[in-house]
Amino acid sequence: MTKLQKRPDGRKNNELRPMTAKVGVIPNADGSAMFAFGNTIAIAAVYGPRQLHPQHMQNPSTGILRCNYDLLSFSVADRKRPGPSRRSQEISRVTEWALLPVLDLEQFPNTVVDVQIYILQADAGTRTAGINAASLALAHAGIPMSDLICSVAVGKNDKTLIVDLSKEEEDFHDGEGATDFAMAKPANSDEFSLLQMDGKIQPEMVKEALKLSIESCKEIYEVQKKALKEIVESPEVLK
Amino acid sequence: MDNEINEAHEAYEYSKDSDSETTKRKVVVPGEIIFEGEDYLPGDGTRKEGENIVSSRFGLAESAGRVVRVLPIFGAFVPRKGNVIIGRVSDITFSGWLVDIDSASSGFLPIEESPRFINRNEMDQFLAIGDVIAAKLWSVKPKGIDLTLKGKGLGKLDGGFIFRIIPSRVPRVIGREGSMITLIKERTGCNITVGQNGWIWIRGDSLDSQIKARKAIEFVADKVHIGGLTEKMEAWFESND
Repeated sequence: MTKLQKRPDGRKNNELRPMTAKVGVIPNADGSAMFAFGNTIAIAAVYGPRQLHPQHMQNPSTGILRCNYDLLSFSVADRKRPGPSRRSQEISRVTEWALLPVLDLEQFPNTVVDVQIYILQADAGTRTAGINAASLALAHAGIPMSDLICSVAVGKNDKTLIVDLSKEEEDFHDGEGATDFAMAKPANSDEFSLLQMDGKIQPEMVKEALKLSIESCKEIYEVQKKALKEIVESPEVLK
Repeated sequence: MDNEINEAHEAYEYSKDSDSETTKRKVVVPGEIIFEGEDYLPGDGTRKEGENIVSSRFGLAESAGRVVRVLPIFGAFVPRKGNVIIGRVSDITFSGWLVDIDSASSGFLPIEESPRFINRNEMDQFLAIGDVIAAKLWSVKPKGIDLTLKGKGLGKLDGGFIFRIIPSRVPRVIGREGSMITLIKERTGCNITVGQNGWIWIRGDSLDSQIKARKAIEFVADKVHIGGLTEKMEAWFESND
């Protein structure tokens, strides 16, 4: 049984990939953002609140959130057939559920807020990058929200817990193999709005994994905060 | 007519404006603590968590007295009853005009809401497709938005040009009781109408003055986080004269 000494890209076990965040990347959207974990790049555009059609989906007591996540066909090594798939529909729904707890859409009855998330480059952790980008884009669109959502995947290679897996680490096969545990949480709360796992993990390790993700989310929150403040204080970053 | 159009912005509520009072403003993100302790009260866009005032939105935090609020600086136009907007006629139906108001649903201007009697067969003589109007939101309901032209300064906008700014920055462009827009009008000599949906119409005597007015407005709309803008604007005019 060999313990991992080092990760393939030389990171520490609790080290995230270098993050980039930029707000306001799509001029025609009401709010937009880009978020990248290393080679994984996600962009998100927010439209609305706007009138919802078909009318039977309207909710007179609150606005609704509609997310659409998709990998662009050139984002992966083998061309992805464009259009919705089982996987992308699932991720769209869990993204909605991850974001909804912080949003306050009751001020906009009968309306919809549309969030489009596209993955430009996929290198594992696309749903977490997508959620981070979407949360920035929603804030940029001026939607009332109690907090920003930060999202990260904590995983396991054999028996070692690692943060923010890359594709290479996700494909690890020795020992117990790879575990991918995607999480999302409001930045200033210890509650979670998304927990999804592939692979195996010991019950006592889950607590440790959650702790790791809380620490990582603090770093992500700082990056998100900086991106949002930058757009107001020096809007020339976009030009 | 000119003077009336000029005054269209006076129909706006000025309560949101806070230009000249230089309370400390800072950019806050959702979930950020704005003030700690019991000295402040939560206003729009903020909430109280324990002892702290926490932001519930991305925007500019400012305190007026003890009340703290967060003003939005980005985002879509949310139509509200009574707003004066600028729109473009996109269709003519048997009973009125459809107007694109740069919002999710378009507005409808019933023929009865025009300021004078219009013959149903000659509706395009009054407003043709593509014409730009300043109108008031008369009712905002899930079924649609109804407009009216009855009111001071409302009607068709002839000549000039229109451009857009981010709708949530309109109050800053107007300024406290119209101080900013009055300044820009005086210094450029242009007719300017500002719609709450972020559309702005400018007509002046010369191309230069029109371009100058537009640049001045864009200057104001860009400098969201700076207080005391009216003075800065005067300095801007000094250096650009």
